Amino acid sequence: MGRVQWKSPGRFLHWQERLVHMILAIFAVITILTTIGILVVLGTETYQFFIKAETTPFEFLTSRKLEPEADPPKFGIVPLIWGTMVVTFGSCVIALPIGLASAIYLSEYAGSLTRSILKPALEILAGVPTIVYGYLALMLVTPALRYTLELVGIKVDTYNAASAAIVVGIMIIPMVSSLSEDVLRAVPQGLREAAYGLGATKFEVCTQVVVPAGLSGIMASFILAFSRAIGETMAVVLAAGQLPQISGNIFTSVQTMTAYIVSVTSGDAPFGTAEHLSLYAVGSVLFLITLCLNLFSGWILRHYREEYS
Amino acid sequence: MASPDLSPANSGPHSNTVLRTESLSVFYGDSQALSDITIAIPQNQITALIGPSGCGKSTLLRCFNRMNDLIAGLRIEGQIWFHEHDLMDSAVDVVAVRRRIGMVFQKPNPFPKSIYNNIAWGAKINGFLGDMDELVERCLRRAALWDEVKDKLDKSGEQLSGGQQQRLCIARTLAVEPEVILMDEPCSALDPISTAAVEDLMEDLKADYTIVIVTHNMQQARRVSDMTACLMLDANVSQGRRVGVVAEFSPTDKLFTNPTDPRTEAYITGRIG
Repeated sequence: MGRVQWKSPGRFLHWQERLVHMILAIFAVITILTTIGILVVLGTETYQFFIKAETTPFEFLTSRKLEPEADPPKFGIVPLIWGTMVVTFGSCVIALPIGLASAIYLSEYAGSLTRSILKPALEILAGVPTIVYGYLALMLVTPALRYTLELVGIKVDTYNAASAAIVVGIMIIPMVSSLSEDVLRAVPQGLREAAYGLGATKFEVCTQVVVPAGLSGIMASFILAFSRAIGETMAVVLAAGQLPQISGNIFTSVQTMTAYIVSVTSGDAPFGTAEHLSLYAVGSVLFLITLCLNLFSGWILRHYREEYS
Repeated sequence: MASPDLSPANSGPHSNTVLRTESLSVFYGDSQALSDITIAIPQNQITALIGPSGCGKSTLLRCFNRMNDLIAGLRIEGQIWFHEHDLMDSAVDVVAVRRRIGMVFQKPNPFPKSIYNNIAWGAKINGFLGDMDELVERCLRRAALWDEVKDKLDKSGEQLSGGQQQRLCIARTLAVEPEVILMDEPCSALDPISTAAVEDLMEDLKADYTIVIVTHNMQQARRVSDMTACLMLDANVSQGRRVGVVAEFSPTDKLFTNPTDPRTEAYITGRIG
């Protein structure tokens, strides 16, 4: 038996391994530094704002008067928070049920052919530029709302929160459906078989076994969609307009936090003025809300994981 | 759609036979998995299905409660009778069938619910109107699990050990009051002590239930079963593929001591398989 020739392994030497380690670590650190940089800028500029505007965080968060161009200017962001919440909750009312129902359909009911067509089609929704949703709201949704609701005597403004909520809702459906479907498909087949084996109907298996087993992931997808809706800008600016008001009527204009930031940056507020600096303060609030939502979704995942494994 | 009454009261002349197949063949798409299976499962006995890997034991077991319906592309020819009801009849309510013919799976699969709700869920969806606490206790006692879990009924079923989970799954099956329990290698994921516990339990359940068990473990088949069907892979002449057939179906003692089929003998003595 002849000896087999082995090629020289040519693997990395020790110092090469260390080099790779360092390069990878540098890239990882860059992302952290970026986050820290954003936090520092937001923090210092927000601090500057409170000095320039001669206001307190408490007043900023609780005052209902937002008149940045008045003299003296007033910065109370309750109208912005209100506008943001109307649009965000409205969009979730649309996206969560439709997204979850699509996920259940795709995961549990659809055949493989149907799924191979429907799933990419749903995900196209996520690829449509948000500005397109904005003018869809102006050109399609608002006229349609106006036409139907005027039959029952409800007046719909050109810029209104309802249209914004509808298009943002459509926009975030794929987030809910795609993530939830992945979660549902990851539920072990053994659980479905166990349930069928006890004489459960398909509907009972889906709603009482599969969905509860995937609940933590479904909740996480809801929260991600919610924070996506909060941060949405272009579609909302086009659809809901720029009127910071607190109104129970969802068919009038509102201004969201993101829309306010757009209006300040695109306006002619001089650099360094309280009005200009206020966009950092609003940005900080937006950041804190999103951060809390992310922490909350992490808590939900942990909480349910304890119960379900 | 009127679903036939599946109760044993409607049993015909074969009152000792609970389940029966006649010339049963199963196909996955174009490839045949089982050919010409004709066996009769006797009441209140334990019937073991043994045979080498891939011979279709589990596929046969899953025919008995229509679990194969969940597999796309699977086709069944021939007949399966539950008492005198044709299980393959399109008018049969599979939900009712599965309630009467329960199943325990290879991998313990408790629901991610509390121990209590693991038992109660099946009864609830099937419209149980009695005392649920009493039912849960009775099923857990019957599955020899009550003493181990009575103080933690609200804990998740997934927190139990593998052997306890499998007994929980058996208890869960008992809660819907089946007549037959199908067990698909119920001990293959368990350690020897848990296996012994489940085997003792099967022996005990035999008085009230008819049990069909698929097992890889010939010693287990020999220990627990009354009847044994030995499945084999046979060359299918027309297709040129190997498909599962029943080589021998006899009382367990006879099959293991005096097999009539040479392939069975070769298998149980470890020469093939």
